[in-house]
Amino acid sequence: MKKRLIATTAVLCTTIVSLLSGCGASSEGKNGQVIVYNWGEYIDPETITMFEEETGIKVIYDEFETNEIMYPKVETGASLCDVVCPSDYMIQKMIDNDLLAELDFDKLPNATENIGAQYWENSKQFDAENKYSVPYCWGTVGILYNKTMVDEPVTSWSILWNEKYADNILMQDSVRDAFMVALKLNGCSMNSTDEKELEAAMQALIDQKPLVQAYVIDEVRDKMIGGEAALGVIYSGEAIYTQRENPDLEYVIPEEGTNIWIDSWVVPKNAPNMENAHIFIDFMCRPDIALKNFEYITYSTPNEGAKELIEDEDIRNSSIAFPDLSQYDNLETFSYLGEEGDELYNELWKKVKSN
Amino acid sequence: MNRKKALQAPYLFWSVMFILIPLCMIFYYGFTDKTGAFTLENIMAIATAEHAKALWLSMLLSLVSTVLCLVIAYPLAMILSSMNVSQNSFIVVIFILPMWMNFLLRTLAWQTLLEKTGVINNILSFLHLPALNIINTPPAIILGMVYNFLPFMVLPIYNALVKIDKNVINAAKDLGANQVQTFIRIILPLSIPGVISGITMVFVPALTTFVISTLLGGSKILLIGNVIEQEFTRAGNWYLGSGLSIVLMIFIIVNMVLSSVFDKDGEGAIL
Amino acid sequence: MKNFIKRFYIGIIFVFLYAPIVTLIALSFNSSKTRAKWGGFTFKWYASLLQDEIILQALWNTLIIAFLSSLIATVIGTAACVAMQSMSRKMRALFMGITNIPMLNADIVTGISLMLLYISLGVRFGFSTILLSHITFNIPYVILSVMPRMKQLNPHTYEAALDLGASHVYAFFKVVFPDILPGVLTGFLMAFTMSLDDFIITHFTKGAGIDTLSTKIYTEVKKGIKPEMYALSTIIFIAVICLLLIINIFGKKSAQKDMRQDN
Repeated sequence: MKKRLIATTAVLCTTIVSLLSGCGASSEGKNGQVIVYNWGEYIDPETITMFEEETGIKVIYDEFETNEIMYPKVETGASLCDVVCPSDYMIQKMIDNDLLAELDFDKLPNATENIGAQYWENSKQFDAENKYSVPYCWGTVGILYNKTMVDEPVTSWSILWNEKYADNILMQDSVRDAFMVALKLNGCSMNSTDEKELEAAMQALIDQKPLVQAYVIDEVRDKMIGGEAALGVIYSGEAIYTQRENPDLEYVIPEEGTNIWIDSWVVPKNAPNMENAHIFIDFMCRPDIALKNFEYITYSTPNEGAKELIEDEDIRNSSIAFPDLSQYDNLETFSYLGEEGDELYNELWKKVKSN
Repeated sequence: MNRKKALQAPYLFWSVMFILIPLCMIFYYGFTDKTGAFTLENIMAIATAEHAKALWLSMLLSLVSTVLCLVIAYPLAMILSSMNVSQNSFIVVIFILPMWMNFLLRTLAWQTLLEKTGVINNILSFLHLPALNIINTPPAIILGMVYNFLPFMVLPIYNALVKIDKNVINAAKDLGANQVQTFIRIILPLSIPGVISGITMVFVPALTTFVISTLLGGSKILLIGNVIEQEFTRAGNWYLGSGLSIVLMIFIIVNMVLSSVFDKDGEGAIL
Repeated sequence: MKNFIKRFYIGIIFVFLYAPIVTLIALSFNSSKTRAKWGGFTFKWYASLLQDEIILQALWNTLIIAFLSSLIATVIGTAACVAMQSMSRKMRALFMGITNIPMLNADIVTGISLMLLYISLGVRFGFSTILLSHITFNIPYVILSVMPRMKQLNPHTYEAALDLGASHVYAFFKVVFPDILPGVLTGFLMAFTMSLDDFIITHFTKGAGIDTLSTKIYTEVKKGIKPEMYALSTIIFIAVICLLLIINIFGKKSAQKDMRQDN
């Protein structure tokens, strides 16, 4: 009996060990691996397969929901990664805190060739010398409304405070985006750290709260398609998708101006596969790959080469995907406000939420 | 003697390593600030208006859902325990079966059901009944809690009821007790351990949830679980998050002590 | 009349418990990609599920973690129960107190405390951290279901076996183990179920590149759940029902056999 027990235990242990080590062995491609940490649903899975086949590098792919969730994981090294795709202000924070590696642009010929000049220019707001980041997607934030439920012209953020639409408004559930709406409404900069301006914005958000149906991030997509709400604050990329599913929806950039955001590829300093990270980023900048991603996620691409390849003329000239930014003079990009600024925003946001 | 040590060693090691040390870490973070100096600030932060309100709301919602669970589960457990013995196990399984669908998907399905243009409202409007507008309000969160935690209330009560010796009940009846008297003087006291353990099993997860309030409350209602989760994953303030966790633990310990007063022998096991 | 009320009551609760599940099953046949719109009946999500490596990998992770963690927890927990049998009252109370901590503590606090531990130890987050965490919260379920069986045990039979010349191990497996087996099995099943259903603790202790179904779903919630996920849940659910039906029928047969033998 004793022998049998020992035998079973031994078998069990070897199975476990082989399973564990099996996991390790299979995760290594013939040219090593690259660990990618990206937003949820922010890439066409087919492009990853293509990358693996062409380069022999295995991609380990993980997703995050918000910049704020991603940051501590990269900072503490709790999950090592080679390529991350954060947004503008978060890139600045990572640069400030010395978390990012300088990119070697000699290894990124596709990036230098295909990314439009204006996007490099915009990137300077958070990456002053264009040393750390390669733009992947960009867009605006605006109001998506249902034409059958809203009968007046939507031109201003103030419609989100209109009591007529009580319980029919969807707001963004992230600190900076929510405050952006209120700050812009009050005619302030969305990078304000002025306590008075922020208090006023907080008051505006508190006043708005009874009218808000829910604070959501990307659920706004499903809810607007289903006609759950009349108005929603949404990223321009989602607008194209929702319009395809429900033609009653319309997207506008309010006249008070808005956030023009950029999500870019960056490489953390502690990346274990620096070389492969460059290969991955460059691959993603190839026009045909960028086009595939654009068609899958519908977020505007900064890749001029890919834009040329878009066959559908309506999309190529769409004012949502590629708006003429020169007609607005009050567009801004988020910048990092420092630890104190972050704390102030978080504290005020908590007050809004608990009210 | 050595044999005994060999048997208890793995568990002893495990509980020190993965239960006690992690708890100490929470206490460490909870009582220090960013510079590593000792502070009570993170604990006292519970007194600020937002946190106190979140805790109060969590208490209220979890209390209401615990009571609702009890009210729904007790009669159910009585009916189940009085059923034909051969079907017993199967019927009980029916009530745990939903737990095999993923918890998040189950809760998310309630969103589809409860939404303004959701399934229930479509049925109601088809029947020309007034619409049900509880999504993104506290009642929706309570519904989610009751739905998810009901089995944790039914099972312990059911187990306590099944264990009652039928002869005791018959004896009471023989001695002239009517049904109400039998229930109040015999069945109810004997089922108390089950009730107590059911209450703990529902109250604690309901008090600390952040998923249900996010999915069914539209993120409009901030519970203490949401505050802690956000301090850790969004605001990145682990010190404050740990401090609030300690406060939460104190509330749970109070609850535990209270319930152990009623359940001295630890009989109210869920199994 | 009374019977009718009883049945009606059970029926209502039945509807309450199963309405969301029916909804999920219905959504798995919805040809529209969003859950907000009914686009017609389709089987296509079941076909594309089989090709969806990411979901299948998450399913595999979930199952293997649930299986390994509940198995290891069962071994450690049962051993602890046996050891506790011969402990002094005080020691046993201490042990049970420690056991109760993860049971009664908030999931979120358990998850966070483990996350802090791993970070301070410099362990890389991944498969092993999830597995260790799951074992941790599974052990109490095993102990709490084995302990009552242990208490009902008659210690004299074990001593009698020893007196008759059996070794400790032999006596344990021949005399004690068969009696506590139902408790061990329930503990294993409880642990397995809890591990399958856990989201919060996994959420805090997982690393890049590894997902269980729960964490996968949570990331998808924001973007809209992929319909393949509904299809998978439907399959799991139906598989479990089939399994239960088989056990039930099989159990009844063996029960009848027992009765015949008794007669």
